[in-house]
Amino acid sequence: MGTKRNKPVQEKDDVVIRFAGDSGDGMQLTGSLFSDSTAFAGNDFATFPDYPAEIRAPQGTIAGVSGFQVHFGHTNIHTSGDLADVLVAMNPASLKANLKWLKDNATVIVDTDAFVEKAFDKAGYDGNPLEDETLEGYRVIHAPISEMTRDAVHDLGLENKVALKSKNMFALGIVLYLFNRKLDKIYKAFEEKFKSNPLVVEANKRVLRSGYNFADTVEAISPTFNVEPAELKKGLYRNITGNTATAWGFIAASERSGRELFLGSYPITPASEILQELTKHKELTVKAFQAEDEIAGICSAIGASYTGSLAITTTSGPGLSLKSEAIGLAVMTELPIVIVDVQRGGPSTGLPTKSEQSDLMQALFGRNGECPTIVMAASSPTDCFYSAYHAAKISMEHMTPVILLTDGSLANGSEIFRIPRVADLMEINPPLVPPNDEDYKPYKRDEKKLNRRWAVPGTEGLRHRIGGLEKENIEGNVSHDPENHQLMTQLREEKVNRVADFIPEQELIGDSKGDLLIVSWGGTKGVMLTAVEEMHKENQNVSLAHFNHINPLPKNTEEIFSKFKKIVVCELNNGQFVNYLKMKFPEFTYQQYNKIQGLPFMVSELKREFYALLSK
Amino acid sequence: MDQDIIKHKDEIPQPTKEDFVSDQMVKWCPGCGDHAILSSVEKVFPKLGVRKEDFVVVSGIGCSSRFPYYMNTYGIHGIHGRAAAIATGVKLANPKLSVWMITGDGDCMAIGGNHFIHAVRRNIDINILLFNNKIYGLTKGQFSPTTPKGFKTKSSPQGTFEQPFNAGELVIGAQGNFFARAIDNNPKMMVEVLFEAARHTGTTVVEILQNCVIFNNNIHELISSRDTRDDNQIFLKHGEPMLFGKGKKKGILLRGTQLEVVELGKNGITEKDILVHNIYNPDPGVHIMLSRMTPPAFPAALGVIRSVTESSFDQNMEEVIEQSKRDSKIKNVDDLLRSGNTWKI
Repeated sequence: MGTKRNKPVQEKDDVVIRFAGDSGDGMQLTGSLFSDSTAFAGNDFATFPDYPAEIRAPQGTIAGVSGFQVHFGHTNIHTSGDLADVLVAMNPASLKANLKWLKDNATVIVDTDAFVEKAFDKAGYDGNPLEDETLEGYRVIHAPISEMTRDAVHDLGLENKVALKSKNMFALGIVLYLFNRKLDKIYKAFEEKFKSNPLVVEANKRVLRSGYNFADTVEAISPTFNVEPAELKKGLYRNITGNTATAWGFIAASERSGRELFLGSYPITPASEILQELTKHKELTVKAFQAEDEIAGICSAIGASYTGSLAITTTSGPGLSLKSEAIGLAVMTELPIVIVDVQRGGPSTGLPTKSEQSDLMQALFGRNGECPTIVMAASSPTDCFYSAYHAAKISMEHMTPVILLTDGSLANGSEIFRIPRVADLMEINPPLVPPNDEDYKPYKRDEKKLNRRWAVPGTEGLRHRIGGLEKENIEGNVSHDPENHQLMTQLREEKVNRVADFIPEQELIGDSKGDLLIVSWGGTKGVMLTAVEEMHKENQNVSLAHFNHINPLPKNTEEIFSKFKKIVVCELNNGQFVNYLKMKFPEFTYQQYNKIQGLPFMVSELKREFYALLSK
Repeated sequence: MDQDIIKHKDEIPQPTKEDFVSDQMVKWCPGCGDHAILSSVEKVFPKLGVRKEDFVVVSGIGCSSRFPYYMNTYGIHGIHGRAAAIATGVKLANPKLSVWMITGDGDCMAIGGNHFIHAVRRNIDINILLFNNKIYGLTKGQFSPTTPKGFKTKSSPQGTFEQPFNAGELVIGAQGNFFARAIDNNPKMMVEVLFEAARHTGTTVVEILQNCVIFNNNIHELISSRDTRDDNQIFLKHGEPMLFGKGKKKGILLRGTQLEVVELGKNGITEKDILVHNIYNPDPGVHIMLSRMTPPAFPAALGVIRSVTESSFDQNMEEVIEQSKRDSKIKNVDDLLRSGNTWKI
């Protein structure tokens, strides 16, 4: 680079960095490029974007602030981090919106050119926060980013507006310097991303280098930091978001089961990326159908399921409400289908871009009639891959709908993914009926699993009708017989309950008995695990049971619960899992810890709660 | 579809009507128009050159929607209004299947209106049989979206206040390429029309004027009864002048932008002046006007009103899939997982 590195270097175990700017400032790209460089540095990491519900809220306002957080380290990283060590604030609004998420002595990098009178007003500051006590206690790096960006590209003949588009790369240059990273990987990324526009590639390269060189000259940027590579299991890795992992998990299940993948879906935040990802992969015979509404999404999937496809539908809370009646049809017809609910803040439109775990009761019970479905929840972005795969397997092998709950944090968050081989994944054996099987009856069941079999249109000798009306056991004709209805209701329930014989036992982290059992489920696993691991280091006797299988629950759940004095159930809702557990195992007393702010748990608040419970 | 018919014709044993008759008791009311439709469909299916295992009959909710249970084919009796969406999934999952959707005026144009217009717009290769009795039968006598304005029903004791849909106008307005109309008391015509629908690639809608003997008896009487039908219905045929009435003395003429009923020989009108039916005309104008013709001012148009050829959604999807398979470097999921940015540790 030609720069002399003569500044002291401080070693760090892990670092949280947050890029914040106006929603048009390119913070998501900045963050993901930094993630790429983190991957090449060999760190473990997790990321989380934090963007507003509006596409371009008024410039310079708090509502328009878009952020991207990266947590990386040489230790194992389970979350995208609580509080940031470094904040890049491209304007006063992003400073104001993010100051509360900073560690005490954090480094704050600001674009001083954006700190002007008009901008203070819009951000709700009385005066210049760089000149009063607002930033006391922080290491502040004043960088005239806009001006130096213009200088870096002045001879390329770009319009002012176009030139300033690269200013996020100046900020990235500073950060790369701060963490002793190389620029060449980012150059390569520019060359790929802006392939069709060499001028833009050149502009971004120059601005990035200019930011890097600027950092070298500024005395305040000292010491710089180094984070050693993480000790990760050998293998091939990639960075993956929860939504992409979900999409790929289903494609893998399709290949392994030999059933074509069919998605019927209607765009909804934060689930749309699954539809967008699947529609790209026609080369793997993925049939992704963007339907006219949520109901058509699931109904087309039910049609495809009847026709022998691995059929799925993807949505978020409001969409799950619309699909309720059709889920009932899938339960009644005993067809396999996976319904993915990427949960967001509710009720109604709620907080579309924020995350919550408040659809659990809807998933379990939100239908007319006695209508049991399997309910599963994914616990991390990479677990979305395995959960989707597993949900597809269970749905097909047991011939019953599965609702898979993920959430906005998992969907958009990313972490590194050790790439598996499809051949190493579990086998999937759908109960297909061979042609002219004389033994076939639409509602004749497997003795162990109680599933009926899958007779696919086009197969000779198996013509049959199914539908939403109650059916006669075994024969499958329409039946209004009272005893038959009771029997069929019990069979559908028992079929779902027996899935417990085919899922893993509940895992327990920590001792199998003690004072405090922490219970959680779904997308909070990373932060729960971090809190518990920290408390183990602090010699506290706490254990964690984090659930992926909600209905049915793992068979050893009751036994685990019975070994602890206190049980606390932590969830990002008003207490849905805890009430479900009270119904299932009323013999235990449960404490609950809930957060309903559209935000993830923080390790610090969890630990505070657990310590308080231990001392009571 | 056309190709399938030809391909299969010689290879497979010809099924018979009996192959499609189910062993279930048909529970429609005696005298219901549905019986005649069922019988016509059972007659048509064996003659389409499609294996009997390759038919799927899909329905929603309503009297007509019990249809799949009465056909010995693969079938799904779905939920109210959603048959078009279910049928779409069946067809996309396996485009080789011959997919038939049975629906009523309420199921199709009220609760299922959205799915219906979008299926039509996409031109998915399914055949929709729309039983129109202008009333809600299974819920016992409320008005439907096709009930004439002012009509008294159980839920409109003072008469309805709303304009009804005309199915043909709705279908063609929704970019529909195929619309035909038949009536339940003319099985010969119905069979002919169903053949045309089966032959057509893309969404076909056949509106069947059907009598509900209990809740809306004789609603189509002007069109159907022996005494009045000659003057109140016209059986349209492609390439033929639009003549009707006893002795084919009346005709339809296009004057300016409007259709008009004329009598041959009056005011110097000869057969040359009469409009000649062209089902293939992509311009929807005349087809919509024909669909709208209502007795007694006009004869109701029966037969194929519009049949325009365009590639279907499912064909397009299959083509894009084949193309992607040829062009993509990703041949399996292992390739997919290893595509893009990866690194070794």
